[in-house]
Amino acid sequence: MILPALICVLLLGGFAAFFSERWSQDAPRWVGVITLTAEALILTLPLSWAEYTDGLSPVWLADFHGPWIPRFGIGFHLVMDGLSLLLIALTVLLGFMAVSSSWTEINSRQGFFFFNLLACLAGTVGVFLAVDLFLFFVFWELMIIPMYFLISIWGHENRTYAAIKFFIFTQVSSLLMLSAIIVLVLIHHDNGGSYSFDYFELLNTALEPDVAFWLMLGFFIAFTVKLPAVPFHTWLPDAHTQAPTGGSVILAGVMLKTGAYGLLRFVMPLFPEAAHQFAPVAMMLGAVSVLYAAVMAFAQSDLKRLIAYTSISHMGFILLGVFSWNLLALQGSVITLLAHGISASALFMLAGALQERLHTREMGNMGGLWFALPRLSALALFFSVASLGLPGLGNFIGEFLVLQGAFGVDMLLTSVTTLVLILAPVYALIVMQKAFYGPLSQYSPLSDASRREWASLGLLALMTVWLGLSPQAVLNVSAPAIRNAIAMERG
Amino acid sequence: MNINQLIALAPVITLAGTAIAVMLGIAVRRNFMLSFGIAAAGIIMSLVALGVAWRKSPVQVTLLIRMDAYALFSMALLLSAGLAVLGFCYDYFKEREGENEELPLLLLTALLGGAVLVGSSHFASFFIGLEILSISLFVLVGYPLNQTRPLEAAIKYLVLSGVSSAFLLMGMALIYAQCGELYFSGIGRYIASRQDMNVMVLSGTLLIVAGLGFKLSLIPFHLWTPDVYEGASAPITAFIATVSKGAVFALLLRYFVSTDSYAYTPLLNVFSVIAGLSILGGNLLALLQNNVKRLLAYSSIAHMGYLLVAFIAGGRISSVLVVESVTFYLLVYFITTIGAFGVVSVLSTPQTEADEMSFYRGLFWRRPWLAAVFTLMLLSLAGIPLTAGFIGKFYIFISAADGRLWGLLLAIIVGSGLGLYYYLRIIVVMSMSVEASTIKPAQGWISTATLAVLTVLLVGFGIYPGLLVNVIQSVSYGME
Repeated sequence: MILPALICVLLLGGFAAFFSERWSQDAPRWVGVITLTAEALILTLPLSWAEYTDGLSPVWLADFHGPWIPRFGIGFHLVMDGLSLLLIALTVLLGFMAVSSSWTEINSRQGFFFFNLLACLAGTVGVFLAVDLFLFFVFWELMIIPMYFLISIWGHENRTYAAIKFFIFTQVSSLLMLSAIIVLVLIHHDNGGSYSFDYFELLNTALEPDVAFWLMLGFFIAFTVKLPAVPFHTWLPDAHTQAPTGGSVILAGVMLKTGAYGLLRFVMPLFPEAAHQFAPVAMMLGAVSVLYAAVMAFAQSDLKRLIAYTSISHMGFILLGVFSWNLLALQGSVITLLAHGISASALFMLAGALQERLHTREMGNMGGLWFALPRLSALALFFSVASLGLPGLGNFIGEFLVLQGAFGVDMLLTSVTTLVLILAPVYALIVMQKAFYGPLSQYSPLSDASRREWASLGLLALMTVWLGLSPQAVLNVSAPAIRNAIAMERG
Repeated sequence: MNINQLIALAPVITLAGTAIAVMLGIAVRRNFMLSFGIAAAGIIMSLVALGVAWRKSPVQVTLLIRMDAYALFSMALLLSAGLAVLGFCYDYFKEREGENEELPLLLLTALLGGAVLVGSSHFASFFIGLEILSISLFVLVGYPLNQTRPLEAAIKYLVLSGVSSAFLLMGMALIYAQCGELYFSGIGRYIASRQDMNVMVLSGTLLIVAGLGFKLSLIPFHLWTPDVYEGASAPITAFIATVSKGAVFALLLRYFVSTDSYAYTPLLNVFSVIAGLSILGGNLLALLQNNVKRLLAYSSIAHMGYLLVAFIAGGRISSVLVVESVTFYLLVYFITTIGAFGVVSVLSTPQTEADEMSFYRGLFWRRPWLAAVFTLMLLSLAGIPLTAGFIGKFYIFISAADGRLWGLLLAIIVGSGLGLYYYLRIIVVMSMSVEASTIKPAQGWISTATLAVLTVLLVGFGIYPGLLVNVIQSVSYGME
């Protein structure tokens, strides 16, 4: 019962936040904090509940299975392994950050805002847990709608365009996935099985090579749109730029990870041959994303847009790592997921904090902030160098492992991708140069980081350092899941 | 006619009786509330009679009407929709000038036509049912006599409806000329007995399809739709969009399954073109609309296209899955369409019809519950999970994939993407900030209750469709 509870708590908390607004203006954010605390407490339980997964290998930490639509063999099936555990932990951590960064920024319709925030997190947690493909699809869609509202109601000047673009990109691509799911189920049915949407039943479906390729492509497009990778990335800079800070944190920190998770959990194990055949193309797309987005980031003058492009660049590593499909690269991808989630969210929070103070995101209008806001600037420097991959911090470990794992698979491509190690410092340092150094622009007195900002950003900084210095703890949690995925794919 | 047949026919007889009762009631004393009350009681009695008839089914009542599970289920759907529309009409017309007592009478006759249509197993009952339905609808559309828009819409509907009936009759004549049968099973026997395709039957069926295409407002027979939707009063529009189209589609499916016209594969190509055009055309044209009623009109064209895709799949897959998909989708379409037009109807005042987009600005903050209901209805039309619309779309996808209609499946995906844009546009408009508006539309508890029930059904079937799926599955086994 722990797994459904993880989803229900967030949903109920969302409703509670919605209705608590009548009681007091500021109640919703406290409800948010309480809900996330409860979620974090529940999350620590599965570790001691591992024995409740009878019938499945010990890789799975927890399991829940209930009937839903028996007509088509659709069940309410949730399981958790090390990978989902890590990603859900990240979700909860960044949930706190999203609440924290919305603390003063959102001052209208707080009830509905926190409802959407928590509902979005609930959908994401569902995505990380569901192993019934129908259920997975439902959660996949479910996290989009609240995010759409977050952007379209509390976003910045061009929010309607960005929100609708975001929704249509993800929706159309996910319908491709739905068709692929249905065709897969029908083939499974025709092969003599009954109707079933269950992941474990569908794993060993015999497929014609060309059918498998098309089905794989359906999943792949849905996941790479979400990731996003070139050429499906164009929604992301718009969505990020226009979203409120809390929305950006969730979007960059958690939602993009669902695409990576989908590739790892579904695309590779369900369509092993087709995916391997496709791997060179996918890795190429990954490498292009890494380099192209890094160059694009350098060209931006809007701070949030720049950070959005760095996200695309980092997510390219994931594509590269997942399709290299060896332990080293996959573990690297997992670390990158976590480290990028933390550093990108922190950068978006900083951008949000600056926008709240300066009412601009244009770096041309900033300059000399180091003198006006020394503490925030120091944090910005820290997360910029984390994002460019400074050894000793989390991002470095992830990218290093991915590159090392990919090197054995495709030497040339990996070497070219390594060029990003030159490009990343360029875009990271240009931010520091333009916004924080140089002559001081004329500002009315600005207040430096508040205690709340210190606490949240400080926590994220600690996490980054911890990931960088002692990644083994995390790797140990994800290793069984990754090994299992590799084994499953071999059949 | 024996007692079993009488019991089976009781729902239809009850409807006819109620129509007469309402008429007599008006003759004695004109009372708005009274005639709505009688009509509502009649529909409820008819629904109860359906429950009784369910036990006896299937029963063949003369050659004309077949009361099997499919017919009974479709009738129940039509009657429930009629009841909901009646509720919206009550609140919509109670403040309006003019003599509105005949309105429920016309709704009853239209429902009678629809009920005969879904039960028919013979060209005669098919045609009579359709005409009763169309003629009542024409008067309903033009009911607000002192306004020009509804009158224009009514005349447009009358002319095109007449033309489509002519097509239909010509088609029936051609088929009769060849088979010498008016009874669906008889036609089926003729088609089964011949190895090759018969040109007369083929062209006759094509003409019937053209005639029904008008009623279903499929492209290229859709030209009347936006004008009539815009001109008619909101609850009546809901009635046209659901009862009329639903009954005709139910009949089309029964005709094709029981005569086995699926064997005429060229027909399926024609249908595929029509479906593709309707999906893409309907969605593209809806993008250009600034009037909510016109927008929903074009979106209904697209939805009929989606439905047609499941229908076409019947050429390749078992008719059980097709009937199941179509029936489920129709039910969902009924709930969402009535709900959406219900919101329009609740917002309308005797002075203005709430069909301009600007009317919805900031609805979220002015009337949050109503806006939430409308949002749910729109999300369901867009096929987003946790609403029944998603399960409906899922059924369409399953049928299309099972029938290997890849091109049409792609059209549905593209169409859904386009559709999302205009549904979201309404939601965006509703969530914009506005100063407190001075317009205070009248509140009616019947409309509120109806909307509440529809919303509960929408979300209920979206979250837990299992039960409904089982019922519909048993219905689809019962057809033949």
